[in-house]
Amino acid sequence: MQESTANQVAANATSSFTEHLQRDRPELLPFSRSLTGSASAAAPVQVPHATTIVAMSYNDGVLMAGDRRATMGNVIASRHIEKVFPADRFSVLGIAGTAGIAIDLTRLFQVELEHYEKIEGTQLSLEGKANRLGAMIRGNLPMALQGLAVVPLFAGFDTSANVGRLFSYDVTGGRYEEHEHHTVGSGSVFARGALKKLWRPNLTAAEALSVAVESLYDAADDDSATGGPDTVRQLWPVVYTVDSTGTRRVPDAQLSAASRSVIESRTIAGREA
Amino acid sequence: MTQQFYVSPEQLMKDRADFARKGIARGRSVVVISCADGIALVAENPSPSLHKIGEIYDKIAFAAVGKYNEFESLRQAGVRYADVRGYSYDREDVTARGLASVYAQSLGAVFTAEQKPFEVELAVAEVGPTQADDHLYRLTFDGSIADEHSFVVMGGQAERVSSAIDAGWQASLGFADAVRLALKGLTPATDADQPATPLPASALEVAVLDRLSESSRGSRRAFRRLNDADITALLA
Repeated sequence: MQESTANQVAANATSSFTEHLQRDRPELLPFSRSLTGSASAAAPVQVPHATTIVAMSYNDGVLMAGDRRATMGNVIASRHIEKVFPADRFSVLGIAGTAGIAIDLTRLFQVELEHYEKIEGTQLSLEGKANRLGAMIRGNLPMALQGLAVVPLFAGFDTSANVGRLFSYDVTGGRYEEHEHHTVGSGSVFARGALKKLWRPNLTAAEALSVAVESLYDAADDDSATGGPDTVRQLWPVVYTVDSTGTRRVPDAQLSAASRSVIESRTIAGREA
Repeated sequence: MTQQFYVSPEQLMKDRADFARKGIARGRSVVVISCADGIALVAENPSPSLHKIGEIYDKIAFAAVGKYNEFESLRQAGVRYADVRGYSYDREDVTARGLASVYAQSLGAVFTAEQKPFEVELAVAEVGPTQADDHLYRLTFDGSIADEHSFVVMGGQAERVSSAIDAGWQASLGFADAVRLALKGLTPATDADQPATPLPASALEVAVLDRLSESSRGSRRAFRRLNDADITALLA
């Protein structure tokens, strides 16, 4: 009798917010609902999709940038959407794919990390955070198979190894550590091409910012679902840096300057590509 | 067959309350003070890892005295309650009042229904944009809840500590003065001719809820735990 009580207590002791929801409030999970019924794999529902995210390492840590467009088929669903979020003090997360689920998943991931920190009194290791995110993406697999996939990109500063690290994922939750730089989303191939030419080891934060903005510019140039810098509405990419002092959102003034300088240099060059 | 003796409900409740009071009185005291900079939580606690003070949510902290396993389970339940609420509604919708009333109900249920009552006393503190918006709730083992102003003292020598703090409390105190005041109260009484030796930083657990965490630290999480070096620097 006593042993079973002890077992019960041990089984109930979880530091994971997601596990707690799965047990007590499964209806609150973004991926608990299975879409049986009208929606089928043959005719995926029309929902906003978030697009290109780029991330790269630089001398002090890692930087992640995302454009501001969400599309729904051929329509621009949003020009203002933000797709890069701080996950906690030392990590950021960018999302591509079904925007509604991705934003909820991000919220869940943020609470998950904070919850662990509060229950345990310490921060999760960067590997631990990356694994938790992988498990969440795997949880979304049934939805992904019905066309509602979410593909994140995760970057953080490993406080024990004192280095910035990047992780990419596939829809099954597979987690892959990336080196130097990585991109996800519909414009990722074009952004990757730009990064291959622009990125070099030991970039400063300012150089990394202009590389990120330029690679997103190239992605927007060739991918209709990626938005370029919008000088009319004053919309710039969302960029976060993570270094030993924590995450920091790059202010709009800096982004505006970086975007304008890319546009200007391209205008002066006046070339087709 | 054993004979069931009749025990009057009054006697039963009194026995339970006495039992819980005895357990709580054995422990060391915890002080929660509302001041100009925010809310300071100070506990006499030699362990650097078994905390009596914890973060619940953005603006809400928890402090407890009594049995560690009992208040730790309540703290974790509080964190879960707050995180579920903040996740399903919005971060703004998590309030100390809501949390305190959940605690009051659970403590009340345990007091009447379980084999033994919880031997704990809790404080739930919420820091507001101004001192008038601060909330301090004190919860006792039987589920009674009190809305306190300015400060809360719980634990072993609560009355003695409380009178020492009452004498020195002012609304304009900063964190350093508030912690000093708490320390003065917590320092055990000695003979009149001997000066009291102040508790070393290693015997203290101190945390604060910053009133202006957004502007000063760029964080909506107001809770900040001070380590030994921080405490020494604050009191220097």
